[in-house]
Amino acid sequence: MELNFTGVDLCAINGTRSPPEARYQVVVVGAGPSGIAAAIEAAATGASVLLVDENPVSGAAMGNDVPLYFGGRMTAATQNSDRMVEAVFTSMPALETAMEAGVEVLLGTCAWGAYRNGPGVASLPDQVVGLADADRSWLVGFDRLILATGARDLAMAFPGWNQPGVMGAAALQMLLGRYDAFDGRRVLILGSHDLALETALLAHERGLEVTNLVEVREHPQGKAELVAAVRAAGIAITCGATIKGATGGIGGVESALLSSGTAIACDTICIAIGLVPSIELVDAMHGPRRLDTHRGGYVPSGEATVSAVGDCAGLADTGFDHIAYRMDWMRALSAVSSPETIICQCEEVSRADLLGVQPPNYLARPASMCARSLETLLNDGPANPDQIKRLTRAGMGVCQGRRCRDQVAMFLALESGQPFGTIPLASHRAPVRPLPLKILAEWHEPAAMEAAWDVWFGIPTQWVPIEDIGTPHENEHREMLYTGMYE
Amino acid sequence: MSGSEVVIIGGGVTGLSAGWWLARSGVKVTVLDKFIVGWEASGRNGGGASHYFSPLFDEEHRLWPQMDELLGYPTEHQKERILIAMSERQWEQYRFIAERHTRLGHPVDVLDAKQVQEAVPLAGDTCFGGMHYKFGGHANPQRSVQAYAWALQDLGGKILQHSPVTGFETAGGKVTAVKTATATYGCDAVVVAAGPQTAALMAQLGISVPLAAARAEMIITEPAPMMPLGGVDGNKIYGRQTMRGNLAYGGGPHEWIDVDETGPAARPSTPLARNLAKRLAELLPKAAHLNVIRSWAGVIENSPDGRPILDRMTSPDNVVVASMAAVGFGLSPASGHAIRDLVIDGKCSFADLDTLKLSRFDTLEPNWRERRGWLPIA
Repeated sequence: MELNFTGVDLCAINGTRSPPEARYQVVVVGAGPSGIAAAIEAAATGASVLLVDENPVSGAAMGNDVPLYFGGRMTAATQNSDRMVEAVFTSMPALETAMEAGVEVLLGTCAWGAYRNGPGVASLPDQVVGLADADRSWLVGFDRLILATGARDLAMAFPGWNQPGVMGAAALQMLLGRYDAFDGRRVLILGSHDLALETALLAHERGLEVTNLVEVREHPQGKAELVAAVRAAGIAITCGATIKGATGGIGGVESALLSSGTAIACDTICIAIGLVPSIELVDAMHGPRRLDTHRGGYVPSGEATVSAVGDCAGLADTGFDHIAYRMDWMRALSAVSSPETIICQCEEVSRADLLGVQPPNYLARPASMCARSLETLLNDGPANPDQIKRLTRAGMGVCQGRRCRDQVAMFLALESGQPFGTIPLASHRAPVRPLPLKILAEWHEPAAMEAAWDVWFGIPTQWVPIEDIGTPHENEHREMLYTGMYE
Repeated sequence: MSGSEVVIIGGGVTGLSAGWWLARSGVKVTVLDKFIVGWEASGRNGGGASHYFSPLFDEEHRLWPQMDELLGYPTEHQKERILIAMSERQWEQYRFIAERHTRLGHPVDVLDAKQVQEAVPLAGDTCFGGMHYKFGGHANPQRSVQAYAWALQDLGGKILQHSPVTGFETAGGKVTAVKTATATYGCDAVVVAAGPQTAALMAQLGISVPLAAARAEMIITEPAPMMPLGGVDGNKIYGRQTMRGNLAYGGGPHEWIDVDETGPAARPSTPLARNLAKRLAELLPKAAHLNVIRSWAGVIENSPDGRPILDRMTSPDNVVVASMAAVGFGLSPASGHAIRDLVIDGKCSFADLDTLKLSRFDTLEPNWRERRGWLPIA
């Protein structure tokens, strides 16, 4: 086949992308106190500022534990979007100040990706953040991106944690403090650091019964005044203990069994062991980040164009080693729970599956497969969570690893006998929030994109059957499938 | 060659399959990979296994249904595919392809819109019709790559990850050893199956292999109800329903990039995910409500005519070069067999590989990338 090359690859991405729909000098993601303050500060310099916040998220997202670990303990009130929007404004009076300062505010709008040219990509017309609301997605250009995405719940597995009523502390605080939409009465809290103590006090103040706090270490971990306040409220802190399991019924959790053998009736088990800075957007755009054990995990290293504020930049450093604390919990929970305990809820991956690097149960496990294990895999090289994900599917589900990625990393550190910091951070991938196809879709794409679109590279000779090379069929093939190209 | 030592550069699906085939013949195999097996294109593709255009097709088609058993590990291979036309133009093109398959003896059923919906419950009533390939299929790339690696180890082969190759030692018209930063591996023969890095490695042996690298992207949804047949393509995208139910799809414009001997610096995905989402929502409208939960990119190399380079060199004469030109995963059972034959016998036992010889590019113009527009964006 004679092809007349023109110097232009008609199926390359070059020049086919749409420009951002709007552009702001500053885009702030997250309308918590830090995000609002950053937006107001930027607006004061005369910059055009967009402030977006995903809250209130849809009931469906909450059901998927996005962005926090809600554990199915939302009341029906969370389905009323007008009420939820009002609750966000009421809980954040500074939002009105920001709007008066000229900040454009979009609630119910998530940032699902951030993109820029760099190694491996030079085709983007601008640096952009991908946004989506309940109806559509779009791209917004920026000079500066400020991430105020906060921190998410750290989940920890124990037998029975995969049922309604097991939830995270940030989720509980949000349901209680912002939405008044928590569907529970008796709460047992895991942990005794500041997060757990503050959660206990909030729950108590809101009239809930807090059964007790369970602390894996020998002494309460948080600030002395918070410990005193919790005790003054009549809430016991059970130290040197952990949870062996939760039992429940149709409505979820009904009781917790402690390592001491004591069973405690409760409808909610709140995991308040830690929070993890929400750095999904930074990591998905290959931004620099580093592990800071005193600030809750990986934090953005900071750049001129992409910066982080608030908990996203790291939890307040009180001298507490969050990673060492979580590892103590991890060790204790592993010691008292069976290997069949589910670690990845979405994909139903147990600790035994992780130990065996076994495929999901819908695949055959022949003897050779059963002979493989994490131990044999480690003979080939250091542990990598992304490889474990490929083999076991842990982290591949619709919660996008929010509930298991930290646990898998801790598991790998324990089992490989290596410090947590040596385990690579499992990759974050856009969209960093689950987005329906019809929302993510660019329904009105540029004509240039449609023109360049081929199922693969648009190289006519790539797909000519071997039998047809050098025959008239070869040209028929090109004419039929590649009209207008290489003429 | 039983008992001889072969070093394979590249722990992708092609190199690992070749290693497995060689180990089956009693060869001592060492695979060197710069990072982790299957980390580049081999673990990032659509899993298609229906490459009717290739001289390796018959062998691909013959082997895939046996691979789980042969390897001893699951690959998630599933038979057959359906292509759905979403426009009159696509329908014309697909019928042309169906006629070609019939002429070449590949069984194809042409489906009308109603039959498509029966076979593909997530399809809508706006399609023009489809083609049911009664051949080929698809598999899980990540699981398959590890299956090859483990099967190779079970036969005594060695896989050394985190071992980027830095150079060669040659003597008497042969490569005698392959070097990494920390070790030297003596060998009787070498297979270079290093993806885009193949060009830079072969250049060290004074052999020019014309390859250009590009980045391409895919998206995946949360699980959908299982369809009777998961290999559903069309609307100018390719992909599959995984055995878990997820819809994994790719296609569309690529971006040419430069890759040196160390490999891609990064594999960033882009907002192209939105254009993939649009086409997937059109192709399978009853899945339009499903959440997209990840996107990713991979880097693949192409030869100037888009066909593989699968050839044994004449000088040094113990080197086999294997670039599958952006279409390597599905052909891997057969490409590994072919490479085994080239290494041991000097000639492929089951297919005529003349069209895949490197010498077809002897007269290639030096500015071939410029002429094709295959250059990175300045």
